[in-house]
Amino acid sequence: METQTQTATATFADGRKPLVEMRDISIAFGGIKAVDHASVELYPGEVVGLLGHNGAGKSTLIKILSGAYPRDHGDIFIKGERAEINNPRDAKKYGIETIYQTLALADNVDAAANLFLGRELRTRWGTLDDVAMEAAAREVMGRLNPNFRRFKEPVKKLSGGQRQSVAIARAIHFNANILIMDEPTAALGPQETKQVADLTLQLKKTGIGIFLISHDIHDVFELSDRVSVMKNGRIVGTAKVKDVTKDEVLGMIILGKCPAGAIPGPGALQS
Amino acid sequence: MSSATDSRSGPAMAQESAVQRFFRATEIDTRLLGMIGALALIWVGMDLIGVWKSSGFTLNPRTLWDNSIFLSSRNLWNLLVQTSAIAVMSTGMVLIIVMRHIDLSVGSMLSFIGVVIGVEQVYGLSPTLGATSPVIWIIAVLSALALGAFIGGVNGYLVAYAGIPSFIVTLGGLIVYNGLAWWVIRGETVAPMDANFELIGGTPRGAWIGSAASWILGGLACAGIVWGLIANRSARQRFRFPQRPVWAEVFLGVMGSVLIIGTVAVVNSYAWPPKVVEAYAKDHAITVPPEGLTFGHGFAIPVLITVAIGFLMTFIAGRTAFGRYVYAIGGNPEAAELAGVNTKWMTLCMFSLMGVLTAVAACITSARLDAASNSLGQTNELYVIAATVIGGTSLAGGVGTIYGAMLGALVMQSLQSGMTLLNFDSAVRDVVVGSVLVFAVWLDQIYRRRQG
Repeated sequence: METQTQTATATFADGRKPLVEMRDISIAFGGIKAVDHASVELYPGEVVGLLGHNGAGKSTLIKILSGAYPRDHGDIFIKGERAEINNPRDAKKYGIETIYQTLALADNVDAAANLFLGRELRTRWGTLDDVAMEAAAREVMGRLNPNFRRFKEPVKKLSGGQRQSVAIARAIHFNANILIMDEPTAALGPQETKQVADLTLQLKKTGIGIFLISHDIHDVFELSDRVSVMKNGRIVGTAKVKDVTKDEVLGMIILGKCPAGAIPGPGALQS
Repeated sequence: MSSATDSRSGPAMAQESAVQRFFRATEIDTRLLGMIGALALIWVGMDLIGVWKSSGFTLNPRTLWDNSIFLSSRNLWNLLVQTSAIAVMSTGMVLIIVMRHIDLSVGSMLSFIGVVIGVEQVYGLSPTLGATSPVIWIIAVLSALALGAFIGGVNGYLVAYAGIPSFIVTLGGLIVYNGLAWWVIRGETVAPMDANFELIGGTPRGAWIGSAASWILGGLACAGIVWGLIANRSARQRFRFPQRPVWAEVFLGVMGSVLIIGTVAVVNSYAWPPKVVEAYAKDHAITVPPEGLTFGHGFAIPVLITVAIGFLMTFIAGRTAFGRYVYAIGGNPEAAELAGVNTKWMTLCMFSLMGVLTAVAACITSARLDAASNSLGQTNELYVIAATVIGGTSLAGGVGTIYGAMLGALVMQSLQSGMTLLNFDSAVRDVVVGSVLVFAVWLDQIYRRRQG
């Protein structure tokens, strides 16, 4: 398995160092192996799509990277160095930002408070600088969702799309190196989905690495450079998008069958 | 006007009634207004019943206000002092409940801290330092605060790091601290407290600050309100944010000032009892003129402590990251953790803060009684939680205000002492207070449902 990881790195690297390397990660909840010896890597300026059925382990794998779950086994390397990620605060220190599928918003406070939660701007007396935070929130929300005006209301009163843009704003405002997007367009209409796609490509150009989780295979094909497919907690295979067809990827998702254009992982059907 | 309508669209605004427009422009919490209304109703009602009873069950409109008992300055002054301890604890209980926890142990914690500092003063400090030592009260208060922070911290540690539900931890704490209090004092009552320490309770002469100082404080508070409104307005102007209309700002300033000036007038019009005036005149070698001397009480020290703590806690809740995290954790604990908030440490700190506030209440209560016994503070946890809930705090977490809880405490105390004044049976009092709690929460639910 170690050799497979090595080959994967070698085939894509072009001599560049990976931004993130998750090696041999496992986690079990009770007796269930949610993630079973999975390895993925992410390069600067690259979008990697993580595909798989519900319960395949995509979100869990990514939550280990963002510090939400402690891993049972395996190592995480950031820019080639072993990273100690034991909680979300650690992950943020490495510039890892996450848009969670559940959005992870505190419903009872307003957009600015959510945007800066855990990283509040302070005045020179150490108190909250609400005015400055609202100004920054207006600026970043203005880019994402120009019609948004409800800065004084708790986010529970916002629409699904507005809530999603608050979650996205929070992830991009702090100059992330590594962005994790877990179903970022789940609550969005077609127009906003397009906006998020544009944003993704724009962020990618600035050199940050993006993990994109989705079960919409079309989305993933449009935005990603590579895809990794998971099934039952294991990696079926990893492939450059241009080397495989959508049908082949569907075969990976449903049957766990690894096509010729992909590098097989431990979850690939042995035949 | 147009600048304040940022968050609503045009047509919706046009349909608003004048009243709705008024509340939105002034940003007054309508629930707060409801509570003030309820309080006014209780006060006037208690007063009328009192007058009615004392005048042989007849109501003469001309002498209606002459025989006021409840609305006398003396009773209102006492009411404020009596509310202090519960109000202080309720400011912390709000944040505990906002964080989706509960603290059932505050009553017996108060009892335990009270007897510890009572024993400390009577058997420890007084014999060693001399009964007149000016540092006794300082040591007593500091040890109370330290003990409160520690006990609260233990509660918080068990909740946050051992993962035991706060209901269980503090239910256990209720029993444990009760036992500890008994163990320290064995059912005795220790008295008297240090003379300086007693001032915290508001009973002896010197525990109220007099008319002049009260007017000065009131004036400063009015200036503070005006300054706050102006500072907020100019900050919003600088960033070109929507603002309240000028008339709304003026209205808020005037209302706040009227409330403060009215309170000062009430506490000042409660004159010293003749005996106290006599003693004062003797001490200061003043000859009392034939028409007598009148001194106003002014604010009592425990009331000032309570107001100061109210401000401090409002500041912590609204202006610091600590307060922001408390509300965020209450809104969505997982989200707060994922956003990088150290929720366990926050929980520990919050319970510790609750302990400190309980210690303040313990000082006020034991100083007011001028004695400490293990019956001090018993069942206080129920009144504190009731006050907090009447004040609009949701037990589901995430919602609650400091001023609401303090007003809730005033409502509870008004009911209690009003019925005491009217010679109600204590059993009847309990029935009424309990029913009011349930009724208030029911009203609040209806209100919330209609607000959507």
